[in-house]
Amino acid sequence: MLDYVIKRTGQVVVVLFLALTAVFFIIRLSGDPTALFLPPDASREQLEQFRKQLGFDRPLHVQYTEFMTKAVQGDFGTSLRTREDALQMVINRIPATFQLAFTSLGLSLLIAIPIGIQSAYRRNTWFDQAGVAATVLGQALPSFWLGLILIYLFAVQLQWLPTGGGGSLVHLILPALTLAAYSVARFARFTRSTMLDVLRKDYIRTAKASGVPTYKILSVYALKNTLIPIITLVALDLGVLLGGAVIVEVVFSWPGMGRLLMQSLLNRDFPVVMAGVFLIAFIYAVINFVVDLLYAYVNPQIRFK
Amino acid sequence: MNQSTLTEAAVNPRPASLSRKREPAWRTYMRRLVKSPTGLAGFLIIFVVVILGIFGPWLAPYDPNQAEFAKKLLPPLTDGHLLGTDQLGRDIFSRLIHGTSVSLIIGSCTVLFAGLIGTILGVVAGYFRGWADIIIMRIVDVKLSFPFILLVLVINAVIGAGLQNIIISLVFAGWIVYARVVRSEVLALREKEFILSCVATGVPRWEIIVKHIVPNLFTPIIVLSSLQIATYIIAEASISFLGFGVQPPQPAWGNMLSEGKDYIFSAWWLITFPGVAIVMTALGVNLFGDWLRDVLDPELKGH
Repeated sequence: MLDYVIKRTGQVVVVLFLALTAVFFIIRLSGDPTALFLPPDASREQLEQFRKQLGFDRPLHVQYTEFMTKAVQGDFGTSLRTREDALQMVINRIPATFQLAFTSLGLSLLIAIPIGIQSAYRRNTWFDQAGVAATVLGQALPSFWLGLILIYLFAVQLQWLPTGGGGSLVHLILPALTLAAYSVARFARFTRSTMLDVLRKDYIRTAKASGVPTYKILSVYALKNTLIPIITLVALDLGVLLGGAVIVEVVFSWPGMGRLLMQSLLNRDFPVVMAGVFLIAFIYAVINFVVDLLYAYVNPQIRFK
Repeated sequence: MNQSTLTEAAVNPRPASLSRKREPAWRTYMRRLVKSPTGLAGFLIIFVVVILGIFGPWLAPYDPNQAEFAKKLLPPLTDGHLLGTDQLGRDIFSRLIHGTSVSLIIGSCTVLFAGLIGTILGVVAGYFRGWADIIIMRIVDVKLSFPFILLVLVINAVIGAGLQNIIISLVFAGWIVYARVVRSEVLALREKEFILSCVATGVPRWEIIVKHIVPNLFTPIIVLSSLQIATYIIAEASISFLGFGVQPPQPAWGNMLSEGKDYIFSAWWLITFPGVAIVMTALGVNLFGDWLRDVLDPELKGH
């Protein structure tokens, strides 16, 4: 197990190092980054002065080394707008994004697993087919549009919920539902197909033959063996969830990392953008790492591969 | 059908099919398409979308950018405006039709270029292994550590708006899907007997790749592409909605929704129809893609 942990840690460090490099070079894709940092109507003198001030007049490898040395210490510079520490600004927004992401994750599992189990148990009935139809529709539904429609229905027409903003549970309902919609379909389909495999196993047949009630077979005997593949899918989907959160946060003005990132992109506040993009990659890598370890702990085959 | 003919057909199906003239492949597919309600629905939706995308400029009843303030925010079915007008009095139906070609161009160009780049890199990684494989797969790992939509957004924000730049951003983030699929296909193919026998008889490498590996990649690539187009169309709409991507006044479904959201309290049609257009298109492409996968690659059915 220790070997596996060390190996996986090494991989995470390499990927994060490369991710940092990618962030550095993406910002330089356009050639001169000073043009990105300043508004389009900045004068030539302003540009020159700014370039010197930020050190963009030095050779690329010098800049890269400096960026990496500082970034490793958590220093991405200060926001060009507010002069606050860029990384700290993004870190302050983490709780809001996590609140949204994990609420919708919990919500989608709570809805998807029972639906998936039922579809597997009642295979090829109307219930199952309605599930298929909902999944296909769900995949074609862009989250930002679903968000707009929910705002229109529940905030504008019925006036039950606020149109956006943060701070209370009431504000969380619509964005969490919007973000959950995509995952529900995927999780439900996946639960169904895994459940179908499990239901064919001998021990389930034995349980049935011994007269164990159906609800107990489904929710205890079969569910346990369905959970491991579901955990993996959830981990894989966390990236989609974090990416989706960026858009949903903007639609609902939810004060998370995604909204900050979008505002910084529109304001050309690139130190904050770099810190934000890196932090999302970091969170994603750490979550995957933890899930892999859990997975290896549960399933010894992986450890010794 | 009585019992004897049934068993005869089951035991000895060959003479029957040999006696008939072999029908062309496209007719076999058409026959199977007509039998599948969802596949046919998808095909018909795509057909309509493509027609609108190509002939849109001639079919649109109004100039999509013609503003008429006296007629702003008209509800649907008034004054000759089928789907109403927007905040500047522009005809929404005409703007939707013009937006169709934007979505189509972006979806198909991205699939083409991302597919091409991803396939080449996937073949190189899978067939030659070694350093090329390590480097390519590391790049893939790094890109996978950023959510797709975030990567597209940031790249688009850096290189700037415009149709061409959206496609570049999508291709930049999108080729990895192809590289991964193609690589794993090639890894499986190169162990197959027919490839091993080519290697053993001294067929040159490029010939093995071009004549024996690549033709076997067509099916997975076509299936993947048919499903990726919807992803790219939705991604473009999302980034245009967020204020990057296609810029107003050029009509695109995403930026129409973005402009419409400011009028959510007064004009529901502004946020409704562009969204329906996106959902219908993505639905059509996905339904057709699912059907195509079942037909071309029956092993994947149900996954």
